[in-house]
Amino acid sequence: MADLAVRNDPHVRPRLVEGDPSLHQVTEAVSSIIETRTPYSWWIAIAITASIAGVLKLCLGWLVYNGIGVWGNNQPIAWAWDITNFVFWIGIGHAGTLISAILFLFRQKWRTSINRFAEAMTLFAVACAGIFPLFHTGRPWRAYWLFPVPNTDLYMWPNFRSPLVWDVFAVSTYATVSALFWYVGLVPDLATIRDRAKTKGRKIAYGVLSLGWRGSARHWRNYEMAYLVLAGISTPLVLSVHSVVSFDFAASLLPGWHTTIFPPYFVAGAIFSGFAMVVTLMVVARWVFKVEHLVTMKHLENMNKIMLATGTVVGYAYASEFFIAWYSGNPYEKFTFLNRAFGPYWWAYTLMVSCNVISPQFFWFKKLRTSIPFMFVISLVVNVGMWFERFVIIGTSLHRDFMPSAWGYYHPTIIDMLTFFGTFGLFLTLFLLFLRFLPMIAVSEVKGMMATQKMHDAHLEAVAQAVEH
Amino acid sequence: MHTNTPELRDKTIYGVVAEFDQPSKLVAAGRVVHHEHGYTKLDAISPFPVHGIDDAIGVPRSILGYIIFCCGSIGFISVASLIYWAGGISYKLVIGGKPLFAWEPSIPPIFEGTILFSAFAAVFGMFAINKLPQFYHPVFNYERFGVATDDRYLLVVEASDPKFDIVDTQRLLESLGAKHTEVVEA
Repeated sequence: MADLAVRNDPHVRPRLVEGDPSLHQVTEAVSSIIETRTPYSWWIAIAITASIAGVLKLCLGWLVYNGIGVWGNNQPIAWAWDITNFVFWIGIGHAGTLISAILFLFRQKWRTSINRFAEAMTLFAVACAGIFPLFHTGRPWRAYWLFPVPNTDLYMWPNFRSPLVWDVFAVSTYATVSALFWYVGLVPDLATIRDRAKTKGRKIAYGVLSLGWRGSARHWRNYEMAYLVLAGISTPLVLSVHSVVSFDFAASLLPGWHTTIFPPYFVAGAIFSGFAMVVTLMVVARWVFKVEHLVTMKHLENMNKIMLATGTVVGYAYASEFFIAWYSGNPYEKFTFLNRAFGPYWWAYTLMVSCNVISPQFFWFKKLRTSIPFMFVISLVVNVGMWFERFVIIGTSLHRDFMPSAWGYYHPTIIDMLTFFGTFGLFLTLFLLFLRFLPMIAVSEVKGMMATQKMHDAHLEAVAQAVEH
Repeated sequence: MHTNTPELRDKTIYGVVAEFDQPSKLVAAGRVVHHEHGYTKLDAISPFPVHGIDDAIGVPRSILGYIIFCCGSIGFISVASLIYWAGGISYKLVIGGKPLFAWEPSIPPIFEGTILFSAFAAVFGMFAINKLPQFYHPVFNYERFGVATDDRYLLVVEASDPKFDIVDTQRLLESLGAKHTEVVEA
């Protein structure tokens, strides 16, 4: 129980790696996950998720065959589930970049155990997000028109004044930079896996992927510089991505969208939902793969604290929107917000507020934010709430705008629902592949963190001894 | 087996590899070898970046930052000129009476372009300076190389070093607390 006493003492920082394992044991714990024989449960899991991803494929095929009419989008709600899902998935990704870049710059050592995992989540979430605008074009094979490429069938350039074009730049840059950042982090760990490989196939595969990395001091010097710069440029990048996503709305003239609070409000919401998704997945993964000593309660608790903070910011943004609607004296703005809370979509609004504002407040209590089942449930609730937030913003602002004769109500079709459902299949399939073939924890970073901690401990001990004598 | 035998001397020798079990021992040994004994052709292999090793064995500062800055600037200029070219020269399109080119709406794409070019420079520049991919390197011939990506630290003294001597160098490294030393072929 001494351990528990230490854990509850606010003056003692809990260890980021529990049980004081050796560096070799850390390598072993992470590498063995992908070296053992594929468990049957993995095959079962991927069979399910791949089937769900198959549903996505069918839905998208059906959409391309028939046209956008298979979705429920129509006037006045021309943007509906597709954009909601796009913003939802993009937002999920933000936690990964926050962990890998912003927490790195702030020297938050606890990020090392979860950054690889969260970055993978970012990539897969962005892949899911990209599907929606791509297929909303109706002709995805013409999607290159979004990019400023000189082409023979469209004698024009994109309109660079449009936030939608900014969005193309922001999201494609984000996807590329996230992938690069992730790969750079993977290279030293892939070299570890290569050196442990027993079979020829694995030796070649991981040998090629690790590019012949040998951990030379000259390599590390440039590597650390590259990592620092990537963290430095990803930080404004991640903030810019959701800001630009929010410009899609804020730069319009629609009441409920046209507000300056949108960029910070969207970014906070994105981080909030992203951390919820990391917690959802991590709680399961650390238990299944027995890495509880590497991803400790301290990590989960910190993530819950970030959810509490960002959830509260989101709550403040909801309140602020209402205040401005009243304070601006703009009758359309005022109506939009009253209609949002008490109109036909009152149920979505209520769900959003209770999931996003009320549920994270439980994390003020240490007992609740360190309870695994509780945080799992809350993280799911937050994910639901954040989906509804995007739906409420998009749906309620569009369904009743200036002219009552043009009002309407949105009904999703079965294709809408199955497409969204299918993206979860794609997301989880990619995740299962990641867990099976790549080290889910950044081994070299964890080892570096442990070595620093050991040196720090030795120093403290030396000081203590010097004081005694 | 891996000692200073005559047949080994005939082959091309890459250098001597010494294995340490603590990062602090690696740094201490590196410092002695470089600063006290004047060896310059040194390298250290470790499973994670070891602090202080660069000064200990004389690894110069990374030049990567300058490369990234240049590429980032190219990204900035490229996207700015693209937007200027597209809207101001190639296809003049007046939208709402606004000027053909303005900085304000161009900032987001220019910013993203700068980031994208910088990220490519950071990653591929790092690989290029490190000469990666490089699937063969003499240091891989070290019999126990796998430990260097796990929990051991290697100090490499190359044979091309003017002070290199197959017997003395190996003895020196052993005297500095190396758990294992080995002559590695090129």
